[in-house]
Amino acid sequence: MNAKKTLLKIHKNSGTGHLGSALSCLDILRVLLSQIMGPDDYFILSKGHAVTALYAVLNSLGRLSDADLSTFAKDGTTFPMHPHVGTPSVLFSTGSLGHGPSLANGLALASRQKKAPRRVYCLCGDGEWQEGSCWEALIFAASHKLGNITFLIDSNGWQGLGTVGNVASGLELEKAFRAFPCLLTTADGHDDLEITSALGQNAPDMPAVTIFRTIKGKDLSFADTLASHYLPLPPEDYNRLAGTADA
Amino acid sequence: MRKALNAALLQKAAQKDDRSWFLTGDLGFMAFEELEKALGKRFTNCGIAEQNMISLGAGLAHEGFQVYAYSIAPFIYARAFEQIRNDVAAHGLNVCLIGNGAGYGYGVQGPTHHSLEDCALMRSAGDRMRICAPAFAQDVQEIINDWQGPTWLRLGLDSAPKNFARPSYRPWRKLLAGEKGVWAVFGNLAGEALQALSNLPEGERPELWAVCEFSEPPGDFLEAAKANALTIFEEHVAPGGFGEYLSLALLHINLHPKLFKHFHALGYPGSKFGSQNYHRSQCGLTHAAMRRLLEKA
Repeated sequence: MNAKKTLLKIHKNSGTGHLGSALSCLDILRVLLSQIMGPDDYFILSKGHAVTALYAVLNSLGRLSDADLSTFAKDGTTFPMHPHVGTPSVLFSTGSLGHGPSLANGLALASRQKKAPRRVYCLCGDGEWQEGSCWEALIFAASHKLGNITFLIDSNGWQGLGTVGNVASGLELEKAFRAFPCLLTTADGHDDLEITSALGQNAPDMPAVTIFRTIKGKDLSFADTLASHYLPLPPEDYNRLAGTADA
Repeated sequence: MRKALNAALLQKAAQKDDRSWFLTGDLGFMAFEELEKALGKRFTNCGIAEQNMISLGAGLAHEGFQVYAYSIAPFIYARAFEQIRNDVAAHGLNVCLIGNGAGYGYGVQGPTHHSLEDCALMRSAGDRMRICAPAFAQDVQEIINDWQGPTWLRLGLDSAPKNFARPSYRPWRKLLAGEKGVWAVFGNLAGEALQALSNLPEGERPELWAVCEFSEPPGDFLEAAKANALTIFEEHVAPGGFGEYLSLALLHINLHPKLFKHFHALGYPGSKFGSQNYHRSQCGLTHAAMRRLLEKA
């Protein structure tokens, strides 16, 4: 089953929220894990609340079984609603925002010291960059010229209680990143070719940052609304989308 | 104890240890320059960014490095507690968090620099977090030589009399024999207790124990504390501190000392500030206060 169908099924069966966050980054994750990352590369899902997108992609790659996913969010599961270490491809338990970039720094610094030919990818939300720790991490990565790291920003424009633009009107992410010595690219986060092209760019002596323009809750009847952060998948949306979901 | 830490890490470096990685939060002037040379790229000044430093340390430890993350104590345990809890402790990683300035150690620098609730936080960070509060500077070497997993190393001033023959490091150590009750002293306050007691004859002083970790009390301590007067000293607030820990440990085994006294950090009575000795004296934690306590008894 393709990743999008799997994602929809996970939410249909569990009735859980955060579907909008998962749908906004699903295409990025699918391309990253299936086409970009090599076997030695590392990934951290810093916006851990989008874990169902990761589970769905891992399932489509044969790294998680349907039986695994059937326990999602149920009592006694090892697949909770935020990534937990022990799941394939999950190196760190995440969920509280702003931890991933610094964890990625540590992995990247260690890899450079060990001369390991590895790239570290860390996916964050755009609202997540209101956390001071993200900027601490970027300052470090830029200062230490960590050319083996890519920060991916899923910029769907929404956060807990409104739009990122309204809640943090003083921060324009793209402008802010331009103030740092990093390789900044932007791309449509729902276009495979653009995703591939953006993630293919890196520089040996500076971290790469890609801001992906995405739609929260893409294709849902309440896409690009705050509701998609919280509400479960309506049955009519499942019926409409599951039959048409492309790989 | 910072000098002892530096010496211990230099010794490791000299042994061609290539796993140690030292992180500092932009602190250590006139202290770690030699270590920086010895470790080369494995000495990293993370700048004034403790949250990044701790999570970065977790990432390094994940890759097999043995990480030391150093700063003034509260800048680590208070500023970056979530990074400690989620990224280091929950993953059981080899990160030794080193907080300088145990208790009121930074004296008149003021409360922002004091470390009065660190053990409470670290105890709550998860079962895998080990707390080490050395009593003597020489303890640091032994701890550094043999640690693994998430560790909180609480460094302070060693004020023990120079001629005292320190028993080698153990979490619980009997320092002096005595007949007037039992004193259990946490961390580097052992030096104050030794100053207060070591020139007294055995019949006029309590049995003295130095406790450096939140670990199970040994049998000979329990035997001594049973039906005796037990006094506890710690430069830490009462909630979550050593006194609470020990009381619960004793209750669990139905052991009831005849008397129980607990001297601990009281914060800042009257909102006045001063040296470490000033604050300790307000809490009954100086050697002079300890001696007076004994004389009153």
